[in-house]
Amino acid sequence: MNKEISANKEASILDIHHLSKTFGTHVVLKDIDFSVKSGDVTCIIGASGSGKSTLLRCLNLLETPTSGEVLYHGEDITGAHVNAASYRSHVGMVFQSFNLFNNMNVLKNCMVGQMKVLKKDAETARKNAMLYLDKVGMAPYINAKPRQLSGGQKQRVAIARALAMEPELLLFDEPTSALDPQMVGEVLEVMRTLAREGLTMIIVTHEMAFARDVSSHVVFMADGVIAEEGNPSQLFEHPQNHLTKEFLTRFRNG
Amino acid sequence: MPESFFGRIVFILQRYGLSFARGAGVSMLLALIGTAIGCVIGFAVGIVQTIPLHKNDSVLKKLLLKLVKFILNVYVEIFRGTPMMAQAMLIFYGSTALFNIHMSMWFAAIFIVSINTGAYMAETVRGGILSIDPGQTEGAMAIGMTHVQTMTSVILPQALRNIMPQIGNNLIINIKDTCVLSIIGTVELFYTTKGVAGAYYTYFEAFTIAMVIYFIMTFACSRILRYFEGKLDGPDNFDLATTDTLAHTSGMYKYPDKKEEKRHE
Repeated sequence: MNKEISANKEASILDIHHLSKTFGTHVVLKDIDFSVKSGDVTCIIGASGSGKSTLLRCLNLLETPTSGEVLYHGEDITGAHVNAASYRSHVGMVFQSFNLFNNMNVLKNCMVGQMKVLKKDAETARKNAMLYLDKVGMAPYINAKPRQLSGGQKQRVAIARALAMEPELLLFDEPTSALDPQMVGEVLEVMRTLAREGLTMIIVTHEMAFARDVSSHVVFMADGVIAEEGNPSQLFEHPQNHLTKEFLTRFRNG
Repeated sequence: MPESFFGRIVFILQRYGLSFARGAGVSMLLALIGTAIGCVIGFAVGIVQTIPLHKNDSVLKKLLLKLVKFILNVYVEIFRGTPMMAQAMLIFYGSTALFNIHMSMWFAAIFIVSINTGAYMAETVRGGILSIDPGQTEGAMAIGMTHVQTMTSVILPQALRNIMPQIGNNLIINIKDTCVLSIIGTVELFYTTKGVAGAYYTYFEAFTIAMVIYFIMTFACSRILRYFEGKLDGPDNFDLATTDTLAHTSGMYKYPDKKEEKRHE
């Protein structure tokens, strides 16, 4: 997206080492390892309950990993001294349930983070917000409150809100799971555009066709571990692990 | 003294109309100030009680926060759990007897109403904050907002809207319940009415007047608050924005046209 980042394209943005997460005695994530480089579109697929969303939430520190480390440009962000808020201003997140601010209109939703966190003045924030709202096709709706929008529109605003922070990496937690098929289309279209423009993304999704077409790297999770990972053509056409085969067969017969 | 009921009411009003007005004014003023200060106390206490604790926080911070929350809980439970009339006696006369503090009647009255309302409002605010779905907090955190920024920009404005009916409730309760302050000599509407009723032994007439005044005050307040609630909700409709302000069919607001900006560059 910008020159500075593409210059050191080979250096990882995120390196996850031996990440584990337990809720009480329930082990949700076991020994997860993977890394994300600038421009990567990583799709995480797998059955419900396999730990995909928890993994993503750990990456944004909405959950605290039980053990292991998450390195952001080589620095561990799971420690006690880390400023989570400042880290999150570089790594955005889009949620399944949109999570727009209901007390603000569409424009304010996209401005508040820029003004409060990035300390931009109102005019710069507004221009920037308009740029991204226009990109997701929501510019005409700047005066609407979230309750006046459809699900697909809300999600597009949520994406614009995240983009307006100009994050280095954007996490998507099942962004289309709460939408009907038509709205799924409009949101995926926006995400395809972002992928084409080279935005680094990690996407948890159940949209297999989308994952196959858009991702540069696919991670298949089962029971809290990464069962298989690779490039999309390899993973979707020639899965090695029997769990991956089973999962994909179920999807095809679907 | 006139024979008819209405005649006597007119008679009382002519004689004591001003006293009634003054008494009603005192009731109203105490209720308004008490509710306002009570809301401030309630918000402060409610906000502190909903501060989340993180695993990474230092031991000192955890202990301090737990202690403060415990003290605030004690405050809420004691003042909610005992009658305001008894509190008034205890605070106004008790402070003189035990500590030799001579409070002015006004100070004592406002203090008692405020601290009582605060105890109720603390729980209301806590409920209001908890009623906002945690998703919005996560949404705010995900764009890097701190706890304080999330509270002031996202959660509290919505919590305030949600607890408006309860603030109205408290105001109405306070307008009526300031009458218990007559016990410490506050000359509010109830105290005035008692005096008037005793003067000519016209209890029925005097208290009819008092009831009507109380009702007018509470009903007016409830309607005014309802109006403000509607204002807070904002309009149900919105106008679409457009790049071409002449094309009003698609919207009234202009937003910068990308093509146009490119041409300028």
